[in-house]
Amino acid sequence: MGSNMAEAHPVGFQWVMEAKARGTRVFHVDPRFSRTSAVANVHVPLRAGSDLAFLGGVINYILSNELDFREYVVAYTNAAHLIREDFRDTEDLDGLFSGYDPETATYDPETWHYEGADPTGSSPGQEAPAEAKQHARGDTHGAAGPTLDGVLGKMASDPTLQHPRCVYQVLKRHFARYTPEMVEEVCGTPREQFLELCEAWTANSGRERTSALVYSVGWTQHSVGSQYIRAGSIIQLLLGNIGRPGGGILALRGHASIQGSTDVPTLFNLLPGYLAMPSSVSHPDLESYLESICGGENQKGFWCNANAYMVSLLKEYWGKRATPENDFCYDYLPRISGDHGTYRTLMDMIDGKVSGYFLIGQNPAVGSAHGRLQRLGMANLDWVVVRDLAMIESASFWKDAPEIETGEIVTEKCRTEVFFFPAASHVEKEGSFTQTQRMLQWRDKAVEPTGDQRSDLWFYYHLGRRIRERLAESSDDRDRPILDLAWDYEVHGDEPSAEDVLKHISGRDLTTGRLVDGYMDLKADGTTSCGCWIYSGVYAGGVNKAARRTSRLDQDETALEWGWAWPYNRRVLYNRASADPQGRPWSERKALIWWDPDRGEWTGHDVPDFEQKKPPDYVPPPGSSGVQALSGDDPFIMQADGKGWLFAPRGLVDGPIPTHYEPHESPVRNPLYPQQGNPTRMVYGRRDNPSNPSPPEAHSDVFPYVLTASRLTEHHTAGAMSRALPYLAELQPALTVEVSPELAAERGLTHLGWAHVITSRAAIEARVMVTDRMAPLRVQGRTLHQIWLPFHWGTVGLVTGDAFNDLLGLFLDSNVFIQESKVATCDIQPGRRPRGHELLDYIRGYRERAGITTDTGTHVATGSGVAHVEEELPS
Amino acid sequence: MKHTKSLPKPSADVAGDAGHVDHPPRVGFFTDTSVCIGCKACEVACKEWNLVPDDGFDLLGMSMDNTGSLGASTWRHVAFVEQPVPLGAQTSGLAGLPTGTSAGTAAAEVVASRLRAAERGGGELGTSPLEVPEVPEDLGMPTFQRPGDGTGAESRTDFRWLMSSDVCKHCTHAGCLDVCPTGALFRTEFGTVVVQQDICNGCGYCVSGCPYGVIDRGVVDGRAHKCTLCYDRLHDGLEPACAKACPTDSIQFGELDELRERAANRVDQLHERGVTEARLYGADPDDGVGGTGAFFLLLDDPEVYGLPPDPVVPTRDAPAMWKAAGAAGAAFLTAGVAAFLGTRR
Repeated sequence: MGSNMAEAHPVGFQWVMEAKARGTRVFHVDPRFSRTSAVANVHVPLRAGSDLAFLGGVINYILSNELDFREYVVAYTNAAHLIREDFRDTEDLDGLFSGYDPETATYDPETWHYEGADPTGSSPGQEAPAEAKQHARGDTHGAAGPTLDGVLGKMASDPTLQHPRCVYQVLKRHFARYTPEMVEEVCGTPREQFLELCEAWTANSGRERTSALVYSVGWTQHSVGSQYIRAGSIIQLLLGNIGRPGGGILALRGHASIQGSTDVPTLFNLLPGYLAMPSSVSHPDLESYLESICGGENQKGFWCNANAYMVSLLKEYWGKRATPENDFCYDYLPRISGDHGTYRTLMDMIDGKVSGYFLIGQNPAVGSAHGRLQRLGMANLDWVVVRDLAMIESASFWKDAPEIETGEIVTEKCRTEVFFFPAASHVEKEGSFTQTQRMLQWRDKAVEPTGDQRSDLWFYYHLGRRIRERLAESSDDRDRPILDLAWDYEVHGDEPSAEDVLKHISGRDLTTGRLVDGYMDLKADGTTSCGCWIYSGVYAGGVNKAARRTSRLDQDETALEWGWAWPYNRRVLYNRASADPQGRPWSERKALIWWDPDRGEWTGHDVPDFEQKKPPDYVPPPGSSGVQALSGDDPFIMQADGKGWLFAPRGLVDGPIPTHYEPHESPVRNPLYPQQGNPTRMVYGRRDNPSNPSPPEAHSDVFPYVLTASRLTEHHTAGAMSRALPYLAELQPALTVEVSPELAAERGLTHLGWAHVITSRAAIEARVMVTDRMAPLRVQGRTLHQIWLPFHWGTVGLVTGDAFNDLLGLFLDSNVFIQESKVATCDIQPGRRPRGHELLDYIRGYRERAGITTDTGTHVATGSGVAHVEEELPS
Repeated sequence: MKHTKSLPKPSADVAGDAGHVDHPPRVGFFTDTSVCIGCKACEVACKEWNLVPDDGFDLLGMSMDNTGSLGASTWRHVAFVEQPVPLGAQTSGLAGLPTGTSAGTAAAEVVASRLRAAERGGGELGTSPLEVPEVPEDLGMPTFQRPGDGTGAESRTDFRWLMSSDVCKHCTHAGCLDVCPTGALFRTEFGTVVVQQDICNGCGYCVSGCPYGVIDRGVVDGRAHKCTLCYDRLHDGLEPACAKACPTDSIQFGELDELRERAANRVDQLHERGVTEARLYGADPDDGVGGTGAFFLLLDDPEVYGLPPDPVVPTRDAPAMWKAAGAAGAAFLTAGVAAFLGTRR
């Protein structure tokens, strides 16, 4: 679901086809019949943006028919835990949970907690809900669950799962109305097809069998995206498909190393290994920071050792300068003071608060939501640095942006100075990619880069070196963090050694100089350094384990000798759950790791994701905390209570249980609750970020169609790596819009003719493809049309066209600040779009007809009367 | 019609027949279209390795196919076939939705009408733009109906999207090879058929000699071009570029005997799983070209993919024709001699 795997991940899809050849049934749930559907056993259509109603329907099917893997659920999840008496569900509050504040569009999650948990609440350093939301703290859960106070010792629970306030029953009530009929009503999926999927999924799960769930950005890029994934996780936990071979919930990442770019992050709110970027308000010193991430002494799990990970990171950054006396240079770290995500930064560019911009492998003029705003933002900067393989729209916007034609950007007056640096490609440099399975794979350099092309490593190493040289004489305190950096990488000629950087990331014992074996070796006393704790051990013993390439034919299916997966080369996370509470495989067929009583350790095909010597019957002594407090049958060792969370007491901004909300822009009313959309979504209510109206607002019929987008195999993201290449450009030479024959008839569109698509932000033109692969759905008694476009086109390259992203506004998931780019509403008309000033007038006409103001779409709590709009700046 | 007097039935040892001594086993492609995901990696890998030029940036409107057909600048071609027809062991999920008439025929008619109006009547497919009039012309397309308007009979009942990567067949009995007057086309030690551009004189006999329409003359040099089965890579013990790039092993390279066995097993497996449409194309040594070195597993009749249903090498009847011509000549000669002798009498 939410993945067009065959088209967007064709290389990984070979394994799906291999599984299919061995008899696996493949279901593809998607609004559009794609190349993935063409080779699936079953394609299940649904309305874009209705996935959570669908998944909720699956959960309801499991719970109401008691098809869960009960032994697994009772032992390994929090199903038996009781929830506080004062918790209120969306069933009680018209689609809201208890704790909602309409003014800040934020929840206070206090009532979402377990009964019997420490009532004193948060430990020092915890951010207030509104602050945490501004910092997108959901991002910090990439390697571990959130802190959870007071969950040591015996929690109130009912292993029979009958107590009305146990998680199992809370879930059951929450999803009771997500019936097959409701799924049909909300998603447009015929109920027989929905039930066929439910039957197959549940029948193929349990003791003897497992099912895998794959998703991609078709799930994440929604205003409720995090909760889509939560819903998928709940299904997989209920069916016993987590931590077991052939199971899992598998996120397919975008670029070759997008996983790597969150592990060793490029995000404003993260340090390496999902350590939070400190807050200017809540984390004045290292102690308060560590308290907030380790959770003090009152919870379980390996996250309690985060002090060792953090201190080792500071030692890696500042080397000998980092001492216990100066908090290991903690004060040198930047602090965040609110939302500095990519979209907030963009609006700050528009508002004149940002002066410069580095673009590395990123082409926001085409590839980011609200393309017009992206280009206007860049045109209001002092400088932009672009490093790319080819000249891209984000480097040439000042002369060829669509806004030149409308007069919104005037080349002669555009103040932005653009520095374009040609980059070395992946075959012209060495380094590692981290892929979807958290696996690092090393690449050697195949050819030398030509001309001025240089690796990113070269660029940043020398940029840092030059800045440090420039500042060398400075006595200004603000320059100390840069001057005191260790910056001690091996250099061959003038090229920094990527292998040496990987050694720094893997970590060292500073007393002996030895490379550490893994994060268990890291210390909080400053005697170890490590650039990213989860990658610790990738260079253990001086061996670049990412570079291992033992053929799969020369090892078993787990293939532990190919590359290296974090953490500790474990291929299946939480694989303790592949064995029963007594440590025996649930079935021989699905054996992965097990307890060997003779040797007194865990063993098996994979590296155990559990303490090697901790027996299954281990019971923590009273008063223990952290790792010691994990029982021998607590498989989820990075969770604060050692359990898989069917109900998330903490960690999510928008509720402890997934709930169907309509997309920010939807042609239909939410049939499940009076609350229409995600009540915590980020809307950035500004004149330059208008929303199409959605019910209960008036005039949603001006934009009657559902718009969705995805990738083509033949092009890569914003097109810089494909539209410039003749062999790829000829395969998909033009932007097309796919419509059903019915919609073509309704709007008078002809195959191969022109049409243009309109939202309140933009109108773009494309050639029409009339195809049976797009089919209308029946939703709430009416026929609903969806249209699809690929997003790869722009103004530069061998093949050019309008950019899909211009159609989108900026409306974000509140947990992780991902934009809702997989669904919006739109209109479509035959013929080309107007040009120049007429284009602006045309779009304005649509806005006026739809009655759009700055307020439109910003009443995130339906009917609250609170509009989340920003103050207009004097222009 | 019996062809007892045609060319001797080609032997299984095509390379040996061509004079190669101690040659390696015959190799070929087994293209299993049931696992093709239409990624076109084969087209790109082929062009990259063999330095085949692009052939224009033209939107063809033929589903996701924008290279049109095999030709001098397209040695691997992926066909995309959208049809309102069910596929065995698949639920498309589109039947039962509020859908009206299928778009497939209408869309195909748009493309076909462009081709009929085009200068080369389709010869330019994939190599030059198919002009689209700004004002839609009346194509006699079936009227689109709004959902629910249909009586049911004209509604879509199901859907399938077939994909298939086509290539030179490297025939056992290769028409192009038979008719080449210069020796530019030759049978390699691997049993494949390769054209040498430095010898080719551009006569074009091979183009009409190919029953599949594979070989084609280049627009720039006028010489014949087609798949070489990566002859240079075979010399180095490498598999052809397309097979190497294919992520799902839809294109399998190997020794022909082994491939044929594998393909037969695959057909059995698919039949067992309810894909009863699965059949092999080109795997029969008794067909009109003596079986092909590149053969296919298809999910419908070959015509559906644009392949000839019963290809026959045009030179098959050459001996009979020459014999007939010879007999006629002899008769003329006899008659002439008789006439001459007669006058003498």
